[in-house]
Amino acid sequence: METLERFLTEHNFLVNLEPEFVKQIVGCASNVHFSAGDFICREGRDADKFYFIREGKVALDIHMPQRGPVTIMTLNSDQVLGWSWLFPPYRWQFNAQAKTDVAAIAVDGSCLRAKCINDRLFGYEILKRFSQILADRLQSTRLQLMDVYSANG
Amino acid sequence: MSDQNVNPMLPDNFSISRIKTETDDTFTLELQPSKGILNLDFEPGQFNMLYVFGVGEIPISISGDPCSKDKLVHTTRVVGTVTKAMRKLRIGDQVGVRGPYGNPWPVELAKGKDVILVAGGIGLAPIRPVINHIIANRGDYNNVVLLYGTRTPQDILYPKEIAKWSEVHNILSFVTVDRAVGEWDGNVGVVTKLVARAPFDPHNAVAMACGPEVMMRFTILEMQKRGIPDESIFVSTERNMKCGIGMCGHCQFGAEFVCKDGPVFRYDKIAKLFEVWEV
Repeated sequence: METLERFLTEHNFLVNLEPEFVKQIVGCASNVHFSAGDFICREGRDADKFYFIREGKVALDIHMPQRGPVTIMTLNSDQVLGWSWLFPPYRWQFNAQAKTDVAAIAVDGSCLRAKCINDRLFGYEILKRFSQILADRLQSTRLQLMDVYSANG
Repeated sequence: MSDQNVNPMLPDNFSISRIKTETDDTFTLELQPSKGILNLDFEPGQFNMLYVFGVGEIPISISGDPCSKDKLVHTTRVVGTVTKAMRKLRIGDQVGVRGPYGNPWPVELAKGKDVILVAGGIGLAPIRPVINHIIANRGDYNNVVLLYGTRTPQDILYPKEIAKWSEVHNILSFVTVDRAVGEWDGNVGVVTKLVARAPFDPHNAVAMACGPEVMMRFTILEMQKRGIPDESIFVSTERNMKCGIGMCGHCQFGAEFVCKDGPVFRYDKIAKLFEVWEV
């Protein structure tokens, strides 16, 4: 527990979060490990967790007919994997596959949602931080769509 | 190169000694003076005006090693009439060269500091001389990080060199692509997001960025989030240059001329211009 708390306190995503709030997350968290090639989540399955990546690389991909899996983005240490746990119907939108051995902290989504409902200030902090992730990824996607490296970019 | 006091618009003749295809639409020319010995000194970040006879003259960054005095190296991309014609040239063909021109990267200012190099697409070409300079003077610099983004894995410039910079010269390199294809096993996503992963001390660092202007705008935002002051961020800009010596006004960028005052600018000097749609 102490290790989890120390790691989470230092994580980018939780910077300046009140220690009491960090403790609430720790109460829903556990250490997990994945080997290279393991699927951490699969598109369409229940999104009952999200992950703080401690070490390793994870590829988010989506399966396209005729083309197979297409990697949309990669995540590395100090990043957060998964926001589908936050919104109904709580299903993964993409596959996530470990590209290397991955050490992560898994957080139980339903456990954290319950705490967010019980403590609205805590819930606001969590939602605000996940909104930042969503905004960042939207911005990145826009840049990718602009195809800035093309001849007309 | 030659005595430019005679006529700065008069090019020197160079012959193509080597042509290397880098990617589908990018190639490198090595040029040597056709006659006589010319001073080929340049500073990282400078450019030459290359003239394809009978077609036209364009500015192209020098992408070779500043320590190498026997040839000029230019990597360019096929995007217009002149570069299309340039690609058809063969070894032994002649081109005209004027230069070197422009304000260079701040390699002296960066001594004793961390250096963050951010390149997008063909933007790695003008950054390579900085890396060559750092390698030749590695002890003068602290952490050196290269963040490089391209469209696809097939578009990565100088892949073997990037690996060597990392493995041999202690230049930490992160490469990412916007679109993964084939067996690519590396990073996928925009280069701007690599800034968060780069190890550097924002209070003792110099950042240099070169690539599409949109990419640089978002790169600067990420740098600012990390706490690098604007006066420690340098960007290489691109405008339609014609004379190369600040006379014709084709490349005017606000009160600056990109060919003479740039192409490398300290960001705080031109930050306002980055916010203007058309300058």
